[in-house]
Amino acid sequence: MFGDPVVRREDPRLLAGQGRFLDDLGRNALAAAFVRSPHAHARILDIDVADALDVDGLVAVYTWEDLPGRVGEPLPLLIPHPALTHGRTAYPLARDVVRHVGEPVAMVVARDRYLAEDAAERVRVEYGTLPAVVGLENAAAAEHLVHDDVPGNVGAVLRQETGDVDAAIAAAPHVLEFRLDIERSASTPLEGRGVYARWDADDGSLRVYSSTQTSTSVRAAVATKLELPPGKVEVIAPDVGGGFGVKIVHPWPEEILVPWAARLLDREIKWTEDRREHFVASAHERAQIQYVRVGFDDAGRVLGLDVRILHDHGAYTPYGIIIPIVTSTQLLGPYKIGAYRAEVTSLYTNTLIVTPYRGAGRPQGVFCMERTMDRIARHLGRDRTEVRAVNFIRPDEFPYDQGLTFQDGRPLIYDSGDYPGLLAKIKELIGWDGFAAARAADPSRRLGIGLACYVEGTGVGPYEGGHVEIDPTGRVHVSTGLTSQGQGHQTAFAQIAAAELGVPLQDVHVVTGDTRRFGYAVGTFASRAAVMSGNAIALACRRVRAKALRVAGEALEADPADLEITDGVVHVRGDRSARLPLRTVAVLSNPLRYSFDAESAVATQFAVGGSPDEPPVPPGEEPGLEGRDYYSPVRSTFAAGMHAAIVETDPDTAEVRVLRYAVVHDCGRLINPRIVEGQIHGGVAQGIAGALYERMAYDASGQLVNASFMDFLMPYATEIPHIETDHQETPSPLNPLGVKGAGEAGVIPVSAVIAAAVEDAEGIEVNAMPLSPDDLFHLRRRAAGRCHPEPPG
Amino acid sequence: MSEPTFPIELTVNGVLREARAPARRLLSDFLRHDLGLTGTHVGCEHGVCGCCTVLLDGDPVRSCLTFAVTVAGHEITTVEGLAGPGGEPSTVQRAFHEEHALQCGFCTPGFLCTVTALLRDTPHPTDAEILEGISGNLCRCTGYQNIVRAVRRAAGEA
Repeated sequence: MFGDPVVRREDPRLLAGQGRFLDDLGRNALAAAFVRSPHAHARILDIDVADALDVDGLVAVYTWEDLPGRVGEPLPLLIPHPALTHGRTAYPLARDVVRHVGEPVAMVVARDRYLAEDAAERVRVEYGTLPAVVGLENAAAAEHLVHDDVPGNVGAVLRQETGDVDAAIAAAPHVLEFRLDIERSASTPLEGRGVYARWDADDGSLRVYSSTQTSTSVRAAVATKLELPPGKVEVIAPDVGGGFGVKIVHPWPEEILVPWAARLLDREIKWTEDRREHFVASAHERAQIQYVRVGFDDAGRVLGLDVRILHDHGAYTPYGIIIPIVTSTQLLGPYKIGAYRAEVTSLYTNTLIVTPYRGAGRPQGVFCMERTMDRIARHLGRDRTEVRAVNFIRPDEFPYDQGLTFQDGRPLIYDSGDYPGLLAKIKELIGWDGFAAARAADPSRRLGIGLACYVEGTGVGPYEGGHVEIDPTGRVHVSTGLTSQGQGHQTAFAQIAAAELGVPLQDVHVVTGDTRRFGYAVGTFASRAAVMSGNAIALACRRVRAKALRVAGEALEADPADLEITDGVVHVRGDRSARLPLRTVAVLSNPLRYSFDAESAVATQFAVGGSPDEPPVPPGEEPGLEGRDYYSPVRSTFAAGMHAAIVETDPDTAEVRVLRYAVVHDCGRLINPRIVEGQIHGGVAQGIAGALYERMAYDASGQLVNASFMDFLMPYATEIPHIETDHQETPSPLNPLGVKGAGEAGVIPVSAVIAAAVEDAEGIEVNAMPLSPDDLFHLRRRAAGRCHPEPPG
Repeated sequence: MSEPTFPIELTVNGVLREARAPARRLLSDFLRHDLGLTGTHVGCEHGVCGCCTVLLDGDPVRSCLTFAVTVAGHEITTVEGLAGPGGEPSTVQRAFHEEHALQCGFCTPGFLCTVTALLRDTPHPTDAEILEGISGNLCRCTGYQNIVRAVRRAAGEA
């Protein structure tokens, strides 16, 4: 059961068209639409709503001036950090100045979305445009400022350092210096964001549905902003059509404004983001420039690594500087680096905010480290796998302290791993050693091979919880507060519960992301759900199991230590004659037993509870067969993996074709290999998208010129190669299940792998991703003008 | 300035349905919000992602690029109409389940409609034909690996 590739519990509903996504709810709700800034940087001079008032079906129009109290205050800065000296967040509706195209300026509420958009078009906003800051180098030059009170456009300067880097590099036999560039990309789930709010005036309570990765934190934000007791706010993440990071940001302006207006108007209101809004008004990720200086010895051992990073965080910093923290720590990968220094300058630009997208800064760090390894190998004339191997942390060196501070504020200590084992597997899977001969045998084609390694901190704290209740029909109800966006939690968590309790899988029913069921949670991000909620559910199950054995032990007059549970029935070990189904145990656990059903009638045959002098619910006990527990790790777990690819480049069109793509992955014990493999497939596809196709094309004035699926090239099936996978299982010693996270892994090393393979095919250095045919064409032209006249055969 | 509406009568999943809608009402919105068939999803509203794919007289169309008034008198099949009369899943639905060809499930209704038409027209597709056949639908979760497997399986079982 645990560890089996069982098919998913959530599928039948979704396959029948019976999903409940945000816009599937609230059929009679009013619709909200937003007037958004068409300018990247401008002063708002006047807003005239008179024309909009003529639209039939209009209910209300709001601008910043209409927002009372906390609703009108700037949105919270979720994750402050001492290095973030100049954090700035937006107002829910722009006040005086807009700082990126798509920033909300007014909210319109109308009878349906068509009418709301009609009215939004008629809201006239007069702007005085200001110079737009676009691109990292312009931001750093700081000729113009995004925020008047942020000198140099610098939000944060973050340093991570271990050892004396300058001395190590100065003493190194070999030194290389180079620059790397990574473009913007974005999560781009097929379902955008959305919020639907219902105010219950009689009860003074609010129910909010949001397409979010964290319903509990949205509840806290809404309750605070609307000055409601948390108990009067329910937030539910219904079926969510993909997240990939963008939906962890909270509260979005719309998550405050829609519930606020629903209460004010005492009407149901729904806002469903459209695709253009998602491009210009949600969040992006990735963009960095990296200046690398590395010193190494004759074997390729890195003695000192100095990386200066410019990071583009967009117009505001609601999510702090998590991405550069992750980049600068996870950059080290599976390697022991002699001395290391990363200095990240995080800069404001007049573009959309930058918050985590699957990988969350790791793809950039891995790109840097792995490009560095390839350059070292080329410089020394050594095999690229050999250079990596001499730098690996050895299996007997765990736990391994990298000497840095990770994103959770804890020391960056790797829990377990076997990197030489992974390297052997990936070389075998892709046929690394035989490739040169195969290429030599086919000199008419431009073939190349590349690989990249990564370590991913997963399962960051601080905690998740689980609640488990067995009802008098024997159904097992499991809930956890974090949310689901397609990861198969209803299946994987049910597998954990079924294994822990000894019940059939089909008896277990899992609910996630519903504050009515579980109030304390952090959210689904950082590949943490299996580690955090998985372990919390296991611990809660152990409490319930212990109670079930205690209650059954009394009824069966047996020592609980002699009892076990098989297929939902408690029995004496090795003897199935004395037995009690869990549904009966559930009835026995509650002294109030009206005989609503046959089970209660049966249960009354058993005498439970000691003497008549004791209360029916003894001290320390609770009625019911339920349990709750939390899992809070001391540190993160560290998954790892290696990817390799063989590519072919077209000599005429400069197209890159991925002929083979191989993945070896280690996320500790697998709960459901089928689901893990699916996560890897999806991650790799997003990685290939970021390596070859997707970019955010901002022009100099800050317009996102490819803000549609016509122009933003999300890959179809025709662009994604067959993905070959293999697993290694190095259990984590840190948690009861021995699991590590798997959600983001697939995407992390892909740009580095493709860059390495193209470089190998072309004999041209690849320092920037993504790599379009146009980019490769220009790289060839430039190379032809200088060095390599012909790529190697 | 109330917007004029028009009566629209059409057959959806074998049932005659009637509702009034303005001329600009998209078929996707008409199905979802006027008829309450929310299985058809909207991912881009400009005809690229394929989430909103339904069968119009048997052929896959983008319901977000189709005005509801233009399909009066026609037959529409949505994801809700793919299962058998007793609600048993179709071959394609079953194959998607068995091959783990969906994760979040948002794009899935569009894929199911597309693949249903593909296998009706090409019962034994080659891998190239499968890729071509589903190359008008975007999925952000699966990397398409298991969708391709599911189409192969459905073709083998049909």
